[in-house]
Amino acid sequence: MEAFKTHRGLVIPFNRANIDTDVMLPKQYLKSIKKTGYGDWLFDGLRYLDEGDINTDTSTRTINPDFVLNVPRYKGGSILVAGDNFGCGSSREHAPWAIRDFGIKVVIAPSFADIFYNNCFKNGVLPIQLSSQNVSSLFDQIDTHEGYELQINLELQSILLLDGTHLPFDIDPPQREQLLNGSDAISLTLSHQDTIIRFEEQHRKVAPWLFNSSTV
Amino acid sequence: MKPKTLYDKLWDMHEVTQMKDGTSLLYIDRHILHEVTSAQAFEGLRENNRKPWRVDSCIATPDHNVPTTQRQAGMEGVEDAVSRIQILALDSNCSEFGIREYKLNDIRQGIVHVIGPEQGLTLPGMTLVCGDSHTSTHGAFACLAQGIGTSDVEHVLATQCVAQKKFGNMLINIEGDLPRGVSAKDMILYIIGKIGTAGATGMATEFAGSAIRALSMEGRMTICNMAIEAGSRVGMIAYDEVTFDYIRGRAHSPKGDLERQARRSWENLHSDVGAKFDAIYEFDAADISPHVSWGTSPEMVIPINGTVPDPSQQETPDARENYFQALNYMGLIAGQKITDVPLDRIFVGSCTNSRIEDIRSVAEIVKGKHIATSIKQAMVVPGSGLVKQQAEDEGLDKVLLDAGFEWRDPGCSMCVAINSDKSLPGEHCASTSNRNFEGRQGHGSRTHLVSPQMAAAAALAGHFIDIREII
Repeated sequence: MEAFKTHRGLVIPFNRANIDTDVMLPKQYLKSIKKTGYGDWLFDGLRYLDEGDINTDTSTRTINPDFVLNVPRYKGGSILVAGDNFGCGSSREHAPWAIRDFGIKVVIAPSFADIFYNNCFKNGVLPIQLSSQNVSSLFDQIDTHEGYELQINLELQSILLLDGTHLPFDIDPPQREQLLNGSDAISLTLSHQDTIIRFEEQHRKVAPWLFNSSTV
Repeated sequence: MKPKTLYDKLWDMHEVTQMKDGTSLLYIDRHILHEVTSAQAFEGLRENNRKPWRVDSCIATPDHNVPTTQRQAGMEGVEDAVSRIQILALDSNCSEFGIREYKLNDIRQGIVHVIGPEQGLTLPGMTLVCGDSHTSTHGAFACLAQGIGTSDVEHVLATQCVAQKKFGNMLINIEGDLPRGVSAKDMILYIIGKIGTAGATGMATEFAGSAIRALSMEGRMTICNMAIEAGSRVGMIAYDEVTFDYIRGRAHSPKGDLERQARRSWENLHSDVGAKFDAIYEFDAADISPHVSWGTSPEMVIPINGTVPDPSQQETPDARENYFQALNYMGLIAGQKITDVPLDRIFVGSCTNSRIEDIRSVAEIVKGKHIATSIKQAMVVPGSGLVKQQAEDEGLDKVLLDAGFEWRDPGCSMCVAINSDKSLPGEHCASTSNRNFEGRQGHGSRTHLVSPQMAAAAALAGHFIDIREII
């Protein structure tokens, strides 16, 4: 995974609460067995006026000009600011894949749903939780400044606003490390392989019925 | 000894180690895989030249993207070429890595959260994961079950562990008797309506109280299934005799001495008196009436005798906007009676409500009657091949077919609408599933979440009615 240290980019406002992963990446695209290529389908039901599927050439589809991703001033945006409980619902990792493939590096919201939040870190996307007041003030600033950009420094856990103020944010140290190093979680866990084996042996003695099921 | 919650106990039994950064490795006893969230994980194993840690902990079945007709034809019955590739990918991955799979034409095939318990593969005291958020369902068996993303599916395959921090402890206590006509589904819709879709985020939630203990295992699974709709990855219910009676004699449940040994251990799977919870909610079962969702989030529910809420009466500007958008999408008017909304489709199925008890309750209501002429489609999709067989042995398929329902083959079907079972734009569907998100049941579809009994009654009337008036 690509490491994430700092990022500067144009901000896209999506002021809505409870944006679920079905809305982020609708069901028809879950048929893909690939790990990439979901960017054109991000927010598909809102972004296009017609219905598409995995075989539709997206260049032929009817764009919804009112949806924020299609508004010219937000073209090329890489930081998404959204409402409460972002990413609720389905555990589909296709949703953060779509966010990543679209080119969004950072999502800022007052709160996130748990599975989505954790999935982001595994895909090089930084989810930042800010207070409702801070998010609401960001929406105001984006609204009044065309080309509104933010600069995010993960190492310092700081967002540099356009007016020069620094906004600190909290993040769990292991998740911060994972993004900073772009580290592979499986290799990290496998460095504890001996401990897992020892645990497993003990666990088998205590609860043998959990190791009882045949493979047929 | 310090009193522990059920979650504390399950956690402590499976914590392999706590790493320097505070994250723990949690050992996983059971891993259920399906076609939609596993292909990329298997690909990851191949890319890194890794093998599954313990194949006997894994069980796979296709469910999300399978057709619910022509099952006897096996793969030939899968008309959609893209779907076929995905189902075949599961078959070949399982065969390559030596993972047992209940394939499309196996009678044991079904929805992941139905077949685990049905086969005795879900057991009390275990940790269980699946690449599906409704994995919380299995917590009804006093186990620690949670949904994971595809990266974690790969991680568990490769290491037999998930790396995570412990959640908080939440208790939802429901005392008293449920009124007649009110089901487990109404109970959980009511709870989500009260605490909100983010009400239990970051928590492992235990459901307790006399109203929970009085439920069958099917009802308990319905409750835990929707814990995720309140934001909680983990839902749990303490072990008791009802749990044991369900497990006993299942294909993979322990037998003989092993059963006696397991049972002694399972007796301890409850929260101790005096255990500390980070948050507690108390509800009275007598306050719960049949519920219907009116909006685009599972917290947007009202009692059957209620009216569609008025956005302008909401407290915050965000809530007003949220309600306004939901009403707009659903094509409803503030103040409208929910019983006045004409329905187009009826869907009985999903990991929430597709078990034998659910199908029996629908059949009981529609027996000798017929669905309203205004209903375009009413379908019952059993949760597994064995549920289907059981229902047919009881003659329920005949009752349903005579009443005008379609009787389908098992799968997730119109709950997730990846296959061809869909609602059309603008159509209102009374659904026993778990999510009423925009577009969930098809582009532009409008979902109303209800219990199986309420869906059955709505099928007969063509609109929602208070089930208590007809039973």
